[in-house]
Amino acid sequence: MTTTVTGAKAPTGPEPSAPASARRRRRRSSGGLARYIVIRAVLILPTIFILVSLVFFLMRSTGDPITAALGGRLTPDQLAVRIHAAGYDRPLLVQYFEYLGQIFTGNFGTTLSDNQPVTEILTHYGSATLELAFYSLIVAFIVGIPLGMVAAYFRDRGRDAALRVFAILCYATPVFFAGLLLKLIFSIWLDVLPVAGRASTGSELQMELLPHKTGIYLIDAFQTGSMAVVGDVLQHAVLPAVALGLLTAGVFLRLVRTNVIGTLSTDYVDAARSRGVGEFRLVRKHAYRPALIPIITVIGLQIALLLGGAVLTETTFEWKGLGFELAHYLQARDFVAVQGMVALLAVIVAVTNFVVDIIAALIDPRVRY
Amino acid sequence: MPTVSVSRKRPLLSRIPVVHQVRQSVGLQRGMLLAGLAITGIFLIAAFFAPAIAPYGFSQLHDASGSFGAQQPPSPAHIWGTTVGGYDVFSRVVWGSQTALGVIVVSVVLSIFAGIFLGLVSGYFGGWLDRVLVVVCDAVYAFPSLLLAIVMSIVISGGQSKLWGGILAAAISITVVFIPQYFRVIRAEAVRIKAEAYVESARVVGAGNGRIMFRHVLRNATRTLPLIFTLNSSEAILTLAGLGFLGFGIEPTAASEWGYDLNKALSDVTSGIWWTALYPGLAIVLVVLGVTLVGESLNDLADPRLRGRRAVAKASGDVAETSVVPGGTLAAPGGVGELEGAGLLGDDGIEVRS
Repeated sequence: MTTTVTGAKAPTGPEPSAPASARRRRRRSSGGLARYIVIRAVLILPTIFILVSLVFFLMRSTGDPITAALGGRLTPDQLAVRIHAAGYDRPLLVQYFEYLGQIFTGNFGTTLSDNQPVTEILTHYGSATLELAFYSLIVAFIVGIPLGMVAAYFRDRGRDAALRVFAILCYATPVFFAGLLLKLIFSIWLDVLPVAGRASTGSELQMELLPHKTGIYLIDAFQTGSMAVVGDVLQHAVLPAVALGLLTAGVFLRLVRTNVIGTLSTDYVDAARSRGVGEFRLVRKHAYRPALIPIITVIGLQIALLLGGAVLTETTFEWKGLGFELAHYLQARDFVAVQGMVALLAVIVAVTNFVVDIIAALIDPRVRY
Repeated sequence: MPTVSVSRKRPLLSRIPVVHQVRQSVGLQRGMLLAGLAITGIFLIAAFFAPAIAPYGFSQLHDASGSFGAQQPPSPAHIWGTTVGGYDVFSRVVWGSQTALGVIVVSVVLSIFAGIFLGLVSGYFGGWLDRVLVVVCDAVYAFPSLLLAIVMSIVISGGQSKLWGGILAAAISITVVFIPQYFRVIRAEAVRIKAEAYVESARVVGAGNGRIMFRHVLRNATRTLPLIFTLNSSEAILTLAGLGFLGFGIEPTAASEWGYDLNKALSDVTSGIWWTALYPGLAIVLVVLGVTLVGESLNDLADPRLRGRRAVAKASGDVAETSVVPGGTLAAPGGVGELEGAGLLGDDGIEVRS
């Protein structure tokens, strides 16, 4: 091999750390999963740290948030007083370490415009976003996975082409445009589903009276015991869930298609076919199961897409969740709130990715360090 | 060698990037590629000839016969109606393609340069810089791209965009999202290629790091770039539209932007006004569809496992196994990549099968 410094690491392979540690892990056969979880958990910290720092320095490089929010409305003297009171005139590094310290204790700052702690916004509106994400994942699974199997089975034929174009359309349609179209068709022209919001005012009032509110409307609706409220909540959820779900459904469709095509050509599928296993069962059982593993891994990446999509979907449907609030603070030019929420979302994304990776490792023993 | 120009390279026509793939494709795959090319072509024509195609300016509110009026339904004078702000929908959709193209070009060019440079340096030199860049890029990559673009557009324009500033702000915001993607691909390639025999021999001959990096490693690492390029173009349009929809787009008087128009159409829809939302939305969908169809087809054609089955035997000698997955299936032994690499190394005629 080469004798230069740069070439010396070449034998370790393209990813210097991963394969080496994988080899080490194969030698030690016990305790793999626990070790994987610990390493993976430790790895979250730098991710969160980098994102939080990045957001902090980017946002602060434009100047202080008070001038941004109130710039035109106050005199320079008044501004200076406020900036000093909030401590934005101190050296940036001092502010940065203070900010890191705050985040470490779970304090993501307080909004400028309505003086609310950012974590309060999370507890108040997070459940709505969670609910929306959950519904849309269901839509994505129901639509994406069966269609992906169909496309794989009819590979390179008419049905496959149509489904692939459908998958691209799912991706190509911005969620807000899909939302607008759905609204137009089902709420305005057909008048069968509500235009916007999470529930009608009547249902919201009923749920407001519950002693143990969860904020997740479907659970709260069941708590009221009234089927009318449950129906109302579900009706409100249909359009946002479909708009956001189709986006992810396209990704799932393509993923299932590619992976099932891969497994359909394996020897064990041929063997099963020669034993007389029916074609439906071949796709459903033999080819589909192993193709699921990459999907679970990809769901982790979908969380980021889903959150981005949620911001747009919530704005379209006035679904009062984190995304709706974020858009609201963006309009109000309250950059403290924006910074806090973005940092908070970074933590959420990192943690969900961690959970998904752990699930993937539980299912597939090959995914270990 | 009398036929040196013929034997050196394939004929000019098949060396133009897409033409070769069109000839290589068959059946449905060819149909999808051609459909994508047609849509992309229409988009480009609309963008270049917007002043000739659009009957009115993007911020024109009245003509000789008076004001356009707000929310007018489609009529002969305004074939797609007018918006709530009193603009002509058709003209704004046509002008919007210009904005979209500008943003795509600027963002993709910027991210290609930044991403390739970082990836090349990181993959070639390795060390602590590599570690740090990988961790940073992975962190950024895992983050919702729209949120990152929002943060960037606040940084660049304070959330208010004027004319070219707006296009630049949007483009740079999108660039930041894309850099990790190019970085990953190029870095993985650089790590792989720097261990190849021809890099070693170049080093033995005495080539410097700069020459090896740009001449030997980079030239062999760019094979997957056209695919990412098309996929990113479509993502750029969607991100731009998302930014515009959230009110971070470009002012209507500065340029026409589809996402902004859809934002304004949000309240129209509730009163049953469909034309202000439908056309800008369809424009986004079609352009993304067209560009993605081209990208997908190129991707499939480059990957023998995904290429149309009848075409595999016919052209299997021509295309090395490629994958957009960083560090993916690129180590095809005896693939054309190595032949081309050798050709580059010697800088003279090693015949490439076609």
